[in-house]
Parts: sequence; C-alpha cells; structure tokens
Amino acid sequence: MRFNFWNLAKQSLTGHTGWPEQWRDPEPKSAYDVVIIGAGGHGLATAYYLAKEHGIRNVAVMEKGWLGGGNTGRNTTIIRSNYLWEESEAIYEHAMVLWETLSQELNYNVMYSPRGVMMLAHNEQDVRIFKRHVHANRLAGIDNEWLSAEQAKDFCPPLNISPNARYPILGAALQRRGGVARHDAVAWGYARAADRMGVDIIQNCAVTGIHRDHNGVVTGVETTRGEIKTSRLGIAAAGHTSVIMAMAGLHMPLESFPLQALVSEPIKPVLPCVVMSNTTHAYISQSDKGELVIGAGTDQYNSYSQTGSLHITTRTLDAICELFPITRRLRMLRNWGGIVDVTPDRSPIIGLTPAEGLFVNCGWGTGGFKATPGSGHVFAATIAHNQPHPIAAPFSLHRFRTGRLIDEAAAAAVSH
Amino acid sequence: MIQPFRTQIGGLVERWNAIRFTFDGRALIGFKGDTLASALLANGIFLVGRSVKYHRPRGILAAGSEEPNALVRIVRGHGRDTPNLRATQIEIYEGLAAVSQNNFPSLAFDLGAIARLGEKFLLAGFYYKTFMPSLVAWKKLFEPAIRHAAGLGRAPIGEDPDQYANRYAHCDVLIIGAGPAGLAAARAAAATGVRVILCDEQAQMGGSLLADSDTDIEGRPARDWVASLLRDLYRHENIILLPRTTAFGYYADNFVALAERRTDHQSASSYPRERLWQVRAKEVVLATGAIERPLVFPNNDRPGIMLADAARVYLNRYAVRPGTTAIVLAAHDSGYRAALDLHAAGIPIALIADPRETTYNPWVQRAQKAGIRVAAGTEPVNTFGHLRVHTLQTRHGASGTIETHHADLILMAGGWTPTVHLFSQSRGRLRFDEQLGAHVPDISVQRERSAGACRGLFDLNATLEDGHRAGAEAATTSGAASWSHATIPTTIIPIMTGTAALPITGRHAFVDFQNDVTISDIQLALREGFRSVEHVKRYTATGMATDQGKLSNVNTLAVMAQATNRAVADLGLTSFRPPYTPVTFGTLAGLSRGALFDPIRTTPLHTQEAAEGAMFENIGAWKRARYFPKPGEDLHTAVIRECRTVRETVGLFDASTLGKIDVSGPDAALFLDRLYATPLRNLSPGKSRYSIMLTEAGFVMDDGIVARLSETNFHVTTTTGGAARVLAHMEDYLQTEWPWMQVWLTSITEQFAVIALQGPRARDVLQPFLNAIDLASLPHMGVRDFRLCGIPVRLFRVSFTGEIGFEINIPADDGPIVWAQLREAVAGQGGCAYGMETMHVLRAEKGFFIVGQETDGTVIPDDLGFGALGHAKLDFVGKRSLALPHMRAPGRLRLVGLLTEDGTTKLEEGAQITAEARPPPGTKSLGHVTSSYTSAALGRPIALALLANGRTRIGETLNIPMPTGSVVVHVVSPVFIDPEGTRAYG
Amino acid sequence: MLLIHCPYCGERPEIEFRHKGEAHIVRPENPAVSSDIEWTEFLYFRHNPKGPHAERWYHTHGCGRFFNAQRDTGTDRFLKTYRTDETP
Repeated sequence: MRFNFWNLAKQSLTGHTGWPEQWRDPEPKSAYDVVIIGAGGHGLATAYYLAKEHGIRNVAVMEKGWLGGGNTGRNTTIIRSNYLWEESEAIYEHAMVLWETLSQELNYNVMYSPRGVMMLAHNEQDVRIFKRHVHANRLAGIDNEWLSAEQAKDFCPPLNISPNARYPILGAALQRRGGVARHDAVAWGYARAADRMGVDIIQNCAVTGIHRDHNGVVTGVETTRGEIKTSRLGIAAAGHTSVIMAMAGLHMPLESFPLQALVSEPIKPVLPCVVMSNTTHAYISQSDKGELVIGAGTDQYNSYSQTGSLHITTRTLDAICELFPITRRLRMLRNWGGIVDVTPDRSPIIGLTPAEGLFVNCGWGTGGFKATPGSGHVFAATIAHNQPHPIAAPFSLHRFRTGRLIDEAAAAAVSH
Repeated sequence: MIQPFRTQIGGLVERWNAIRFTFDGRALIGFKGDTLASALLANGIFLVGRSVKYHRPRGILAAGSEEPNALVRIVRGHGRDTPNLRATQIEIYEGLAAVSQNNFPSLAFDLGAIARLGEKFLLAGFYYKTFMPSLVAWKKLFEPAIRHAAGLGRAPIGEDPDQYANRYAHCDVLIIGAGPAGLAAARAAAATGVRVILCDEQAQMGGSLLADSDTDIEGRPARDWVASLLRDLYRHENIILLPRTTAFGYYADNFVALAERRTDHQSASSYPRERLWQVRAKEVVLATGAIERPLVFPNNDRPGIMLADAARVYLNRYAVRPGTTAIVLAAHDSGYRAALDLHAAGIPIALIADPRETTYNPWVQRAQKAGIRVAAGTEPVNTFGHLRVHTLQTRHGASGTIETHHADLILMAGGWTPTVHLFSQSRGRLRFDEQLGAHVPDISVQRERSAGACRGLFDLNATLEDGHRAGAEAATTSGAASWSHATIPTTIIPIMTGTAALPITGRHAFVDFQNDVTISDIQLALREGFRSVEHVKRYTATGMATDQGKLSNVNTLAVMAQATNRAVADLGLTSFRPPYTPVTFGTLAGLSRGALFDPIRTTPLHTQEAAEGAMFENIGAWKRARYFPKPGEDLHTAVIRECRTVRETVGLFDASTLGKIDVSGPDAALFLDRLYATPLRNLSPGKSRYSIMLTEAGFVMDDGIVARLSETNFHVTTTTGGAARVLAHMEDYLQTEWPWMQVWLTSITEQFAVIALQGPRARDVLQPFLNAIDLASLPHMGVRDFRLCGIPVRLFRVSFTGEIGFEINIPADDGPIVWAQLREAVAGQGGCAYGMETMHVLRAEKGFFIVGQETDGTVIPDDLGFGALGHAKLDFVGKRSLALPHMRAPGRLRLVGLLTEDGTTKLEEGAQITAEARPPPGTKSLGHVTSSYTSAALGRPIALALLANGRTRIGETLNIPMPTGSVVVHVVSPVFIDPEGTRAYG
Repeated sequence: MLLIHCPYCGERPEIEFRHKGEAHIVRPENPAVSSDIEWTEFLYFRHNPKGPHAERWYHTHGCGRFFNAQRDTGTDRFLKTYRTDETP
C-alpha cells in the first residue's frame, strides 16, 4: 500500500490495521545473485538501485543487528555537496540531486530539509580555504556562497558574531541546498522500497566468513544462519569493513574511530539552519522534533566500542556555547557514539578489490550520511557492471597504490 | 494563604519557613524543603503540563527525576530562563517563578488540544507516510508546521550570566546514591579510612528512607538513623558528600561524571551555578535504587493518576495529601504500603484493586484490618475526568464485572525497575529477572558493584546489609586493610515481591507519557515489521523523551512481548546511554568560556607590539601582529607603507612564534639529513640551510631553517603551526625507526624571542650593537652567537623578504629590552615595525611559498620548484613516495605567478583558473590562486597560484572566472622581484 | 577518558597522550628497493582489528616517550603496555 495522505486517512478510520509490513523478515535463500553486507543506508540504497536500475532483484542484504542501526541511525544527518576537489564534488552533488526527490522516489518521507549549511570561518586561513571552496564549487555549478559575519547572523540569528569572541566569526560559506534529513527514515525508506522489489533483508544474521575459490574468486559467505552462495559480494559495513575484508584476507587502508554526537532536550524552533565550525569542532542543527543535534569530533584511538570519551563531548559543547550563547542553559539529553572508518586521505573507497567478485564501499569517515543515495547508486552500478561507475572511479582502492589521493582534510591544515 | 492539601503534622519540610513562589503567575506559598511539585500539590494544583503531541492535560506522576509530565520553565530573567525542568526536582526558593509549557492560551484551556481530533491520524510514524507531494511543499508548508508543533519549552533569550565550575577528583570508593544501600556502603567504606565520595541526586540524602514512616533502624526511626549517620559521615575527613549531584555518565576505566547543582535552589548566589565532577575511582558502588513502574491501561495519564510510592513520598516526606480520596492499583505489594500510609494520614482509600488473584499475603490482611476494601483479580479498564481524574472503571477478571469508582487520586503500583543505567553504561551485562519483571546487573566489566534495590533487593534489611558489604568490599579491594561483616537490625516487614503482568489493551493506554506513545503506536510498529526494540523505539519515539524512558522502557518491552508472544528476556534491550538525566551544556563547558575557551598564546614581545598599535590576528592559539596602522591607516595603506619601508630601508618583525627545536648528539646531522628532504649532512658549523620536510607520503609538511651550531648541535626552526607536529614527527622517527641514533630533541620555542630585521639598512641598524664584531663577516645563511646590549643572542642571517635579513634569537625575558633598542635604531634609519600581512606580501614578491597556503597536503617539492631536492640522497622521509606513479604523472599543479592583464585588479585568494573566459558549469579547473596581494614594490597586484603543468604555461594568458565576469591573467614566474637573488647577499 | 599505563611514568589520563596508530609496522630498511606495493602497504594499509590491537602511544604531556600497547578495540580495555624495545 502506497504511503499517501488518502491511505493514511483511510487507515485512520480502521485503526491502521491495514498497513502491511514495511519489509519482510525472510529466511535467507541458499544463493543470491548479489549479497550486500551491511543494512545501513549505503547497503540498502545499493540493493535498491541494483533492483531498480539494473534489474538485479535476487539480492540479499545481510545485517548482523537491525537495519539502520549503525552509523545511519547515529549520525547528525548533515547533507551538503560543497566539497573542494572535483571528484568529491561529483559524488556528493550526485547524492544531493537524488536527495531532492528521494521522498517521492521511495514513497517514504525522509524529511529532507534543505535548510542551508553554513560553514564558519574563524581566521584568515579559514577565509582563504572557504573562499577557495566557493570558487571551486561555482565553477562546478554547485551552489555555495560567501557571507560576511553580519550576513551569517541574518541567516542564523542565534549566532554570536562578536569581534571579541575568542575565535571571532570572519564570515561563512553557505550552501543553501544543504540541509538535513531524518536518518532512520532513509534506512527504512530504502529497505521498504528494496523489499518491494524482491530484495531480502536478513537481519540478525552475521557474516562470519567469505568463501573464495582457488583463483581467489568470491563464491559465497558463511553466516550465522548458514552458507549463502553468491558470485558478487558488496561490502557496505562502514566501521566494520576492516573486519569483514579480513575474512577475505585483505588489508584495507582504514582505521575505525569512535565518533560522538548528542542532542539537547527538545525546544521550540530556534536554529534555522545547519552550522559547522571546523576550527572549533562543532556541528549543530535542530531536528524537526526540536532537539539540537550536535556532532563532536572523533576520539584519537581505534575502537569498535561505540562509546567515546567525555572530554570530546565537553570540548564540543565549549564551542557550541561560545557560538550560540543562548544554548548554555539547555541540557544534553542523549549522547552516543558510532564507529567511523577513516581512510588516509579522508575520502571514501568505492569499487573493485583485488578479489574478483568482491566490491567495497567504505571509508566515508564522518561524512557518509550525506552521500547515501549517491553512494548506493554508483556502488550498484559498479557491482552490476563489474567496473567502476565513472563517478566512483577516482575513489578506487587502487589509489592508495599509485598515490593519487583525494585529500579533502589536508586543505584545512594551518601553518605559517 | 493556606495550603489546602498540607497535612497538619509530619514531613521533612520546614513549616516555620514559608516560601512565596508563583506558577503561571499565580502567587502561592510553600515551605522550605518542598519541591515545586510538592508545593503545587500542597496548593491543590494538579494540572501542571500538557503532553507533546496531543496536548493532553497532565499532572504530577512521580516524585523524582523520572517525572515525564510536570515540566516547567523557570523564569529568572532572560539569560537565566530555563526550559524543560522537572517540577519534581526543583526546590522552591523565595520568589521562584515557574511557567507551564506547550500550551496556548492557557494550561487549562489549550487550543493545541485540537490535535486530539486528529489522533487517529497522528499515530506513530504518520509523518513518514505523507507530506511528500514535493520538496517545496515539504519545505514551505509541512515541515514548518511540524516544527512549530514540536519542541517543548523555549530557549532562553540572551547569554546565561551564570558561572559553571569543573573539578577533577580521585577517590578509592565512589558511591552513587545515598539511600539505605549507599549510606550503609559509605559508612562501611569510610570506616576503613580510604577516600570516599558519596553523591546523591536529591537535595537531602537518605533516598527512600526519607519517606519512611514506621521503620526503626538500629533502634531508632529511619529518618533519625539517616540524620545521625550523615552527621557521622560529615565528620570523616576522608569522605566527600555531594548532595544535589547526579552521576550521569560512566565511562571507561572507572571514570564517572557527576553534575552538582549548587545554586538553583537559592534566590540568588554568587557561586557557580553547577559544577562538573570528573571522578576517577578505584572502585564504584552503585546504589542507585529502583523506579516504580506505571500501569498501562486506557486513559492512565490523567492528572491525579500517580505512582503509588510517589504519593507516599509526597505524604511522608513533604507533608502533602496528594488527593482527597484514593484508589490504589496494586499490581505489586508496594501499593499496599502506600495505601496504608495514606489511610493512616486520613486519606480515604476507596479501593485497592489488585490484578493478582488473592493468595495469602500479609499486606492484604493489613489493608483489610485497616478497613480498606481489597478487590483481587481486578484490573483498571478506564478513567474519566478532563483536567483531573474523578472516576475509575475496573473489571473483575474472572466475572467480567465492571465497577465504577470515584476518586481524585489513583495510584499505580506496577512493580519496580532497578536503576541499572550506570551499570549498563559501564558495559556491564544485564539479565532479565522474570520474578522482578525487570533487568538486573549480571556480569560486571569494570571495578564496580551494585548494592540494594538497583540489583533487585527490595527488603530493607537485605539492602542495608548489601550496602554495607559492598562498601566494605570496595574499600578493601581499593586498598583498605580488611572489613568485618555487620548486621544492621531493622523492624520492617520483609516482603516486597510479585508483580502482576497486566493484560495490556485499549485506546489511550499510554506507555510513554511525555511523547504520547500508546499501546496502539507500539502495535502499529510491530504490525509494520519493526521487530527489534530499537526499531520500535525509533519508530514510535517511546523512551526518547526527556525522561529517557525511565518509566516506559520496561512497559514497552511488556507490550511488545504480549503482542508478539515472546518472552521479554528474548526481546533484548535498548542501550543505556549517558546522561542518566539531562545535563546543562554550561556545566559540561565549565570554565572554558570567552578567553578561556582556548588559551591565548602571546609572544614575549606582545606588549611592545600592542604599544606600537598592532592589530592582532589569531594564528592557531597565537595572537600575532597583523599590521601596525598609523592614525588614519587601514589594513591596505598600512601594509603598502610597511612593505615599501622594508624594501627601501629596514623593518622589524616579531618572529617569536616560529617553532624552534634543539637537535643534539653525535648522530644529529645524520638524523636531520634523513628527516628533511634538504641535504643537511654536509652543512658546516656556523651555517644554516633552508629546509623542507615531507610526510612519509611525500607531501610537503613543514619548512624552516636548519642551523648547524657545532658538529653535534643544531638549531632548527619550524612553521608556527607546525611546531608541535614537527617535534612529534622527529621523536617518532628517532624513537621508533632509528632508536640506535644518538640524538636528543628539545623544544626551545618559548626559550627565545625572535626579532627579524629585514631591509637594505638592516646591517646599519644592527652593527652599532655588536661592538668590535664586523657583521659583514657573517655571510648570508650564516649563524653566530653574539652579545647584544650585553645579552647573549643567536644571530641568523636569513631572509624571508629577499632583502638583507637577520633573525635575532634572544632569551625570551630579554626580548622586550632588545626590541626597544632595535625599534629605536630602526626608526633612526627611517624603518618601521611590520606585521604578518607585510611579511606575506614580501615573501610572495620573492615567490617563497607558505606551508598551508601554497601547500594543502597534496603538494610535493617538485610542484614548488624543488624537484631536484634531495636527489642525491639515498633516503629521506618521503623520498620513496615521490617515486609513486601519480607523483610523476603529468598535469600536476605547479607554483606560478599570475599578473592581471589590467594591472589593477587584485585577484581573490582561492579563485579558480580556466582557459575559457566564460566557462560553462562543470568546467574542469586548471588550478587556483593561493596568494594575492598588492605589491608596493611593483605598484600592482601580484598573485601566486598552483596551476596544472604550470611551469610550461609561463607566458600563457588564462582566465579567472568571477561572478562579475572573468579576469584575464598572464602566467609568469613566481619570483616577481630580484630574480637573481642578489639583494639578500648585499 | 582512558587510563593509560605509561611504562615510564605509570598510570596517567588519556589527555596526556597521543595515539600514534598501529604498532610494529616496520619502515622498509631500504625504501628505494621496495616495490610500490610494499611501500604503500607500509604507508597506508592497517589491520584495524576488532579485538586485541597493537598500537603506539606517545606520552606528549609527560615523559615524551613512545611506547606500545595491546588494547582490545571492542572494549577499549588495555591488555598491556610495553616499551618499544620490548616484545609484546
């Protein structure tokens, strides 16, 4: 049954008893054309596009917990495409275009809200870097504009633009099409849509091994619910990618770190946009529910514990209170951690691997949510054709052999 | 003014201490010791808030931090207004002003309640299913409406003027919770002499004992026992007692965070409002108690429906009658205890409805002896009453008989949920206890133990002994000698068991009160395929409200279990995350505010520069002089003047922020030769060399001057931002790759003030200070130790401007003296002080790159014109990476100069370069402008850029597309002035 | 905040330390003769295991020494710390 006002109204009269399951809970079959490991946003989107765009419907998405329970359900949902390098611009903009119609595409309201993403410049180096972004983005046809401190405050009134601040705001880069979406709905929307097309989403089933023949070609996976044969295996396991790839005997240029986020108690609307301050390590928006959603930095050590340290959180709140003095009396309601897989150049890896039939999509670090539709879309094409989608091609694993890195983070390094 | 519901006697409130306060503007009186909740109840105010979604009238449900309904805003003046506070935790003070939330125009008549008309529509997750005709409709219409409806209180207006404090503490035993178990633990632990911290979230320590009316402990009434024990504890030097302090987070390695509320209970105070304690404890005793569960039945949310034990607390502790006639729904024996206490206080108990079938139970007998009617096998089926409950319908399970009862107070005793939040945060494993119908601690992971009700003990004797044992054991494990077993005799009737599972059905049966989640919502979620408890939680928002599901979590599981025919134990559990209760941002930020947000680093010459009129800029944590405007000058004119002055006469510059490292030892030369791309082994003593350092990946990481002072001693400078990074990088290779090298590294950054003297008259300025020594004998790139004004200085002859230049390293404390002397001498030569901006321009005129400006972590030496660097060396850090395919691929961005064709337009840094004048969107960039300045020397703007195949494009004409049109540029060499480099050698 | 046992200083809070990545990754003795594969393996590829992890710590705000640790990345619990010249 389609999701729309009329069906909702009709169901209201009958106690909502007519809604079917949004996705099935199938028993795994013994073989699939494609098996995806990881039922987060990226994995589910991949399955959806495999079915929809490539006609490959005999697909299983394996999930050791419950779908959407990893980083998809733990992130601060910032969506933007104003990246520096052309390769990055291409993939994030590809995602952005898909975001704009995703609710209609999936028939699921993912609450994509283009509220504007504002990145604050606190020193001359920031100004230079963000202006470089603005110019590069304009050339690529991606919206990103420079605001003075006063214009930034007009756009986001609670912002403290006092020149006496410890790190005063010198200006900001604003991407108006950037925004946020409802993270759970993205996973659920893709799951429901993929399920409708025949994709089996197998939850509570951990992959414990990857089978390869004597030529190293993938033949299937071992799971806690038995063996599943497949010749094409796509990994979309985020923080756990290294663990999964090790099952195939492959090393990855990845490290997994805790990343924390928190929300305040819900309050009436006060923050109209997303604000990011890289220099002071604070990211904030307000959810539809009224909670201030705040992202913190990563802990310094590798970890799969999904918990982080308090001093990371307090440091973030230091900055939030400086940027938005009216928040000092608000209260932190929930604080949690995810596991982010980080590559040496802070850009993702999407593509083929040294093992035939094994594909990987990982390394999104702290920024994977925004890419979800684009990532799934190009990863599906890569798996379907056994060759990288043009947008995915620069993000090959092989770049760490040739040195052709796509370093977004290094551009922000300061020295004099 | 009278308090109609205040009892004549009893309680712990100070009846002699009347306190005036207001609620929604209405003037009221309470007593010191009241919470806002107890004071409101004493005044007969039962309607306190509105629920989030349906705006249902809500009263006070609980007596502690688990309260989901009674949230108010406390008004103290703009910056001090605080939303979403629980009335059950607010201590009243003279003048307190509380305002209800989420209603319009008034609490009693709330237009928002119109949402109830749509409640059939507004079931869990309705918003996922509609509002999506288009992005525009969502953005412009639906989302704003949803946002407007959502949210609880309003954010304060203006900055919070209050202060917050922070304290780190270590202790042997941290005891969390000062109820019977925690107090017994504290006494046992403190007696051993170890360092103890005892904290409790309430204003008064004692926990459940404060609401006790009839128990003797060690021969005296429970409250007296508490008071005397606390007096003893306060006398111990080795224990810190922290009331009003919530342990909210349990982190790795027994690191526990506490939030102490210090002034919110006072009208005004000059102390910090709250204090964050970060405690590292050797051992932790969790004595966090248990929380009573509500019952889930239709319309279980009306004002006047309360937890049974909360009513008992209001009566016994706060001397408040929470109603005039009560009905107790006793699915657990504790309901009888509440009924008997209320009965004894003269509140008629119309009925005790016990959904359990009667078995022999001394509580039933006591109730019946007191003349209370007990209806066994009877469950609630509905309630009535708009702003206050007045009627309850029950059904006798066996006969199906429906009965109607009248009461304005309905008490729910649904059994007890041990408070295992902190245990779970500590990563301890829980198990489901069928008998209790709740999760209890199973396996500890950290050095922690639970005691009393938080591990499922509800018998007071057992709890006290458990607390004593836990406290003593923890003390011993943490280092105390030994402990002895003790029994703590009490007089309580030791039975508190058996919770009935209530059949859960019906509409408007609320599971999560604040978020308006009903059984129907959970059933819908299950029907739609949300099977995991996390999915149900996220889809319905149960447990996601500001009470964090303290009352709803177990009931959610029960509803799910019933609907899916599974055992609760098999459903799993949502994870417990910090904080236990919401924590103020300001408390977490503490002192880190304003100037203390990040320490400010200033150079030894800061005062002198400020006196000179410097405008400072932030460079990392440093304040550096950007320019020195004379009256009437702006940045541009000041910089033009400073630049011209340096090129024509001489300028003085504070370079103290540069990182400085002393590298010593027999292998120092070899070590530096391997660390820098620049060859350094053959550097002679007394000479220095400009050197570039790469990351192991081959990218330019830092640059600076390496000076050889002697065979075995080097003075190395780094960039300002790179100081710490470079030292760590050096230590890394020294300690872990080449540990056999005999080299010692010492940061000497703050040892020296550094003054750069640059310009054709630099030598004229300096020479008079150097007595007999002839400066001409110091060649370009030479380095010598001298005395200047009697102060030993290290003099580098180096130039970052292309002019004759010196950098004088002066012991930091003597910096100001030397600055003053040189400043005068510079003035005598017609020179001036110059800042960062001028330094940038002058170096750009010479084509010198700045790490972080011309480089961005992707640039290799060849890109900057240093292709041959270190070619002859066998190895240095980063060398091998330069041989990777991409490093040698065509199309790399190379450093070039750009001159605008019109000779007047100054390019914007970061601007992109294209071949086309009007590039269509998606055009590939050829590179970008890295630096752009107005050159005083050339009388025109200049720019540096990184340009694809740049060196082969010199002479080409390209475009810089700007929003207002393209700027035509000529590609030139990056060296604009003195390409032969003779001036510095003059 | 982890509690870290520095082999030189004893137990200190994590904020005194810098995590320095996986331990026992040896820089090729003669990089010039290592293949691109070997070299990039050294540069970029890591085990990143869930469970015991050999890693390096740098006691920046303390003794300034690098040392190694075995830590369980699933629980963040240290199994042991040892000097760089000791074997795990």
